[in-house]
Amino acid sequence: MTSPARLAVDPIACDGRGLCAELLPGLITLDDWGFPVIARGDIPASLQKEAAAVARLCPRLALRLEQAAPNSPDRGQIPPRRSSRLVLRPDTGVRRPGS
Amino acid sequence: MTRYETGLCLPAPHRAGTALPRLLPGAPADVTSPASLRAHLRRHGPRPSCGGDRAHRQRLIDEVERSHLTGRGGAAFPAAVKLRALAAAPRIPVVIANGVEGEPASAKDKVLLMSAPHLVLDGAVCAAELTGAGEAVIVAHEAAWETVRIAAAERRAADYDPVPVRVLAAAAGFTAGEASAVVHWAGRGAPVPTGRPPRLGGPGRRPAALVSNVETLAHLALIMRHGASWFRAAGTPAEPGSMLVTILGEVRYPGVYEIEPGTPVSCLLELAGGTTAEPGALLIGGYFGTWAAAADALPLPFSAAGLSPVGAVPGAGVLAVLPARACGLAETARLTRYLADSSAGQCGPCIFGLGAIARELEQAAALGGCDLPAVRRWLRDVTGRGACRHPDGTALMVASALRVFRAEITLHERGRCSAISSAAVLPVREPAP
Repeated sequence: MTSPARLAVDPIACDGRGLCAELLPGLITLDDWGFPVIARGDIPASLQKEAAAVARLCPRLALRLEQAAPNSPDRGQIPPRRSSRLVLRPDTGVRRPGS
Repeated sequence: MTRYETGLCLPAPHRAGTALPRLLPGAPADVTSPASLRAHLRRHGPRPSCGGDRAHRQRLIDEVERSHLTGRGGAAFPAAVKLRALAAAPRIPVVIANGVEGEPASAKDKVLLMSAPHLVLDGAVCAAELTGAGEAVIVAHEAAWETVRIAAAERRAADYDPVPVRVLAAAAGFTAGEASAVVHWAGRGAPVPTGRPPRLGGPGRRPAALVSNVETLAHLALIMRHGASWFRAAGTPAEPGSMLVTILGEVRYPGVYEIEPGTPVSCLLELAGGTTAEPGALLIGGYFGTWAAAADALPLPFSAAGLSPVGAVPGAGVLAVLPARACGLAETARLTRYLADSSAGQCGPCIFGLGAIARELEQAAALGGCDLPAVRRWLRDVTGRGACRHPDGTALMVASALRVFRAEITLHERGRCSAISSAAVLPVREPAP
């Protein structure tokens, strides 16, 4: 049995090539400007294999198949911290716009 | 010029003991000169330490939760939820104080940063201690950047803060203030939204950054000093505390005011010296906010609950008055064009959709006809289709305009406009190149 999955578009990567809507007309339509609109709800189990294949075919790698989200961590207690800190851009003094 | 009379605006009995302003200086003249560290400490007292072991930080975050402090950047997200998520993040987070305020109609963050920079810095350091962050970064609008930098230098010289504080001048442009764009700017020097949630410390290698509006952090600094009960003594039980609002448009004294949520809209306009012409419509919340007919909105309390009859929320605290003599459709078209041009230009539906909507509205404003069904379809089409909420917010504002200015739109379709003035009321700035 397959777990519920959905298609998602990375709107920044997507260029509106339209391949996905051509291959999956039941799940994806195009808006007035040629960008994909994903049908609401989970993908029918019978189409999951095709959806996964089309996601791999996207020339912009902007389409992905998302499995149902795993449970989020408990809220409440602060767990101990293990790994190292996030490194932002090295401090080069104060940055001004345009510099 | 007619002054809009609203009668007396007395504080409600339960609020009689609340002393405002809390964040802004007491005397209006001080708004232009920043409080020094010494003056800041004299007024507010020293910043209490928010660090320590996990149990202690947990208790302090519980106190923030009891205060019901919500984000003052527009989304009103509970501050405690953010703090807890970042405190639990697997990587050491960074606190980013968002003082970008790219919206031309809003001035409250600039005024706060320029008059009380140390209160914001206190709040950022408190948030850093609560979440165990390694650094606090203040991203401040160009106009306030210098003031904040000097304040941070003053603190560094006094060795006042337990975490390093860095001040960054914000990039220009409307979308530069979007949370992921602020993180992107601080981290990579590119002020565009990324579409990934930067606010919550996720698992794995996702960056953990607490992005919080500067006013939210200023409130946090006072909650850590005086406690949740003190904070809740102002405002309404559901929306406690004070909030900064920017009142502009057709009022005698446009500016930034510190108010209690729940104050009637008419009283806010009185606070700004009253209206200088008969008000026609109000834009509530900002450019992602809601248009409402003045007559409908004036008696309502300025709070999320109070404004619900007109479908508005306080948002980032903007209240703009459009006079009855101006054309609401023309004003909406101008705002929509500005917002369309302000798109970061990354997502197709935002680039093309907002552009198409703006074009149609401009044509309607110029008496050239309007394909309303198409505009309505496009409003739905752009919603939820960008990496950030820029298209969604614009669509909400335009949708409210189609409701409120329905009669004007019909009039325009017949080739007429009711306006007797074509002067632009709401400010728009040139979008960033």
